[in-house]
Amino acid sequence: MLLRHTPSEIKERNALTINPAKTCQPIGAMYAALGIHGCLPHSHGSQGCCAYHRSTLTRHFKEPVMAATSSFTEGASVFGGQANLLQAINNMFTVYTPEVIAVHTTCLSETIGDDINQIIRKAYEDGKVPEGKHVIHCNTPSYVGSHVTGYANMVAGMVKYFSESTGRYRDQINIIPGWIEPSDMREIKRIAKEMGVKIILFPDTSDVLDAPQKGKHMFYPEGGVTIPDLRSTGDSKLTIALGPFGTESAAALLDTKCKVKYELLDLPIGISATDRFISGLSRAACVEVPVSITAERGRAVDIITDMQQYFYNKKVALFGDPDQLMALTEFLVDLEMKPIHIISGTPGKQFVPRIRNILKDKVPNANVRNGANADLFLLHQLIKNEPVDLLVGNTYGKYIARDEDIPFVRMGFPILDRIGHSYFPTVGYSGAMRLLETILSALMDRQDRDAPEESFELVM
Amino acid sequence: MVKVLAQREKQVFRKGEDTFNIGCERNSVAGSVSQRACVFCGSRVVLYPIADALHLIHGPIGCAAYTWDIRGALSSGPKLHRLSFSTDIQEKNVIYGGEKKLYNSLIELIDIYHPKAAFVYATCIVGIIGDDVDAVCKRVAGEKGIPVLPVHSEGFKGTKKDGYRAACEALLKIIGREATDKVPEFSINILGDFNIAGETWVIRDYYRRMGVEVVSVMTGDGRVADIGRSHGASLNVIQCSGSMMYLAKKMKEKYGIPYIRVSYFGIEDTSEALFAVARFFNDTEILERTGLLVESEVERVNRQIQRYRKKLKGRKATIYVGGAFKAFSLIKALHLLGMEVAVVGSQTGNIDDYTRLKDMCLPGTIILDDSNPVELANFSLEKEVDLFIGGVKERPLAYKLGIGFCDHNHERKQILAGYEGMVNFAKEVYSSVMSPVWRFSPRKTGRMANDIG
Repeated sequence: MLLRHTPSEIKERNALTINPAKTCQPIGAMYAALGIHGCLPHSHGSQGCCAYHRSTLTRHFKEPVMAATSSFTEGASVFGGQANLLQAINNMFTVYTPEVIAVHTTCLSETIGDDINQIIRKAYEDGKVPEGKHVIHCNTPSYVGSHVTGYANMVAGMVKYFSESTGRYRDQINIIPGWIEPSDMREIKRIAKEMGVKIILFPDTSDVLDAPQKGKHMFYPEGGVTIPDLRSTGDSKLTIALGPFGTESAAALLDTKCKVKYELLDLPIGISATDRFISGLSRAACVEVPVSITAERGRAVDIITDMQQYFYNKKVALFGDPDQLMALTEFLVDLEMKPIHIISGTPGKQFVPRIRNILKDKVPNANVRNGANADLFLLHQLIKNEPVDLLVGNTYGKYIARDEDIPFVRMGFPILDRIGHSYFPTVGYSGAMRLLETILSALMDRQDRDAPEESFELVM
Repeated sequence: MVKVLAQREKQVFRKGEDTFNIGCERNSVAGSVSQRACVFCGSRVVLYPIADALHLIHGPIGCAAYTWDIRGALSSGPKLHRLSFSTDIQEKNVIYGGEKKLYNSLIELIDIYHPKAAFVYATCIVGIIGDDVDAVCKRVAGEKGIPVLPVHSEGFKGTKKDGYRAACEALLKIIGREATDKVPEFSINILGDFNIAGETWVIRDYYRRMGVEVVSVMTGDGRVADIGRSHGASLNVIQCSGSMMYLAKKMKEKYGIPYIRVSYFGIEDTSEALFAVARFFNDTEILERTGLLVESEVERVNRQIQRYRKKLKGRKATIYVGGAFKAFSLIKALHLLGMEVAVVGSQTGNIDDYTRLKDMCLPGTIILDDSNPVELANFSLEKEVDLFIGGVKERPLAYKLGIGFCDHNHERKQILAGYEGMVNFAKEVYSSVMSPVWRFSPRKTGRMANDIG
């Protein structure tokens, strides 16, 4: 019993976080930046930050992750990191020849007060940025928000530095995905293509963090949104922003900066959220929803119909990132399941009311918490007090799942012990089918395992 | 020719072509994609296996999140070390200070878990905002009656090596707290083994069979009380010398305990380690038991690795490790399997390490200090290696190139230490190098994934 020390009595803690359901901003900025083609993310701080982010992303994606660091020393921490960053920019363009360097800060460089805008300006003035190349940045103090905030900040940074309104109208839709997998980004592009809609998806980590084996080191893999495409987002018809926590700041900035209106939707996880996404996209682009997409929906609905008795009234505990949790909660409620404990380490006032609104009278007494002290220790205590039939969350849920003997579906970040997430989507109708399959398999494997011999069934 | 950063030219050496003047023990060049980590990382990996202590990370959430149970340091008893504790510093703490939050966190934690000791890791930001971590620790220690030890591991204050030293300083504050009257004469401490995949248990068992008592292990499957009486042991036997040499030297100064430096990797080094300990005690029975143990184990291992050696003979490898000392053992072990080392490097080696590496390697071998993915990939391709030995960040790099891989770092899943470790190592190297997957790999077939047919 790894977590044998977890007491079931819940006491309010005022300081401590035990087994967090979040991590810090910079890794989100790094992940988003990898979704620009030819981009080298740069961590402005101590060497360890960059090493930890690269290792964590590598464990999650099983892919090489390239990023550089300012390698702060004691001197830099006293006198400021300007010299380090200028030298770093020069070195990166010389040796690694990126199209873009995407700088994010850390708790260290934020606290000592480095002004990145000014340092980047100086890099251009000193001729350290070659013609046609770019340096962009965002501020990601680790002591504010979470990894999701960092992702949102870097995506907004892309708009700030690249989006431009030329006055020339383009028949294209911007889609800004919240923090989802490369597989999900690929799926969104497939859906748009199927519908005949030209989209600019940014960031786009497909073909970056799910790259094929080529027998050589691709420092910059083939995927990622290109700079011309990013520029053109200022001339698009509309932005569809998927997931308020990850995308609203970027979408709002694009509206302010280039007058491109936006529609804010949930991540298209589950039937209802995907319906809203598909109809939003069809409305925006003035296209009919093709038969092929309707058929996908039909197949997903058919699975739910076939297997409804296995979902009915099952209690679920969820933890992870707010954009995923909002869509997933709605999906589970659509399946007539009961999400009774929902935890996110990411702070943000809209989370709890939104989840309550989805749960309404279906699960009125659910425990919904986010922000400070909403961690896996609390989730475990909640589960001890009111057990569940299923746990959904990232790899760190496996301790609770094992100790309490609960079926466990892995979803979220990070997933360190299974593959699949980066290859098979959870968005769209086909993503819904995959989720249905993984949830059902977890529940039914458990039923098979626990069934007494006399009621062990062949046909289910 | 592989392109190397101008500032790094001295950190790359080709045996037989360059005059030996390798640069090392330098700070990484800003802007390089270095594989190195920070001071905190060094402290954290060294202390973390102490299973009945609290490890509270004072800083924003990331430092705790990224180091949560990522290293398979196993414990046979309590498992407190596998949880993640953080003060989760927020903006207001940055402005007004985090001492109160640290104090409250410690009190809350100790009340929930009743640990034997608490380590408090100060991260980057704590050094900048100036929290008096020592004072808070002292206060809590007084109130709760357990050792509460500050670990000054601000990330920017040096390299991983400085983190090792901060960890050793904390250990020194625990050593000497317990009585040593029950510690026998033939007794040692094992320093620098972290019980990854259960390796400490294997090594402990060899000493048991020799008749030597292990007083404490620092820090694999570690316990606060054992460390507290470790000053009663007669000898310190250090494996990962990078992390523990400082502690050994301090223990010699303070308690007069001599130390020896060993490696438990490969049969040659494992045997030499056990004999060195036996020779130290110079006891006929211990010497005899050690002789028998080594003889039977070596014979068994040699027999078991025969079939792998036949297939692996002449194959080439790249080695990239944290501390250079490990590379020496790996080179010997690969030689035992009939393999050659074509590229070898470390994150933190010093001039003595690199001199020794140079002497061990064949002409043409490339030696690297603080390397990066581009160099590692390109040199490995240039030398046409079949195997890459490294850590988490190197694994997918090797695989993308179509090169076999063996993790000799945190993420090893099998015991690689001792005699059975050598057999596992041979098996793991063999299975990766000889994997049928390489038949489909573009590197071997010269064919990209998209031109099948």
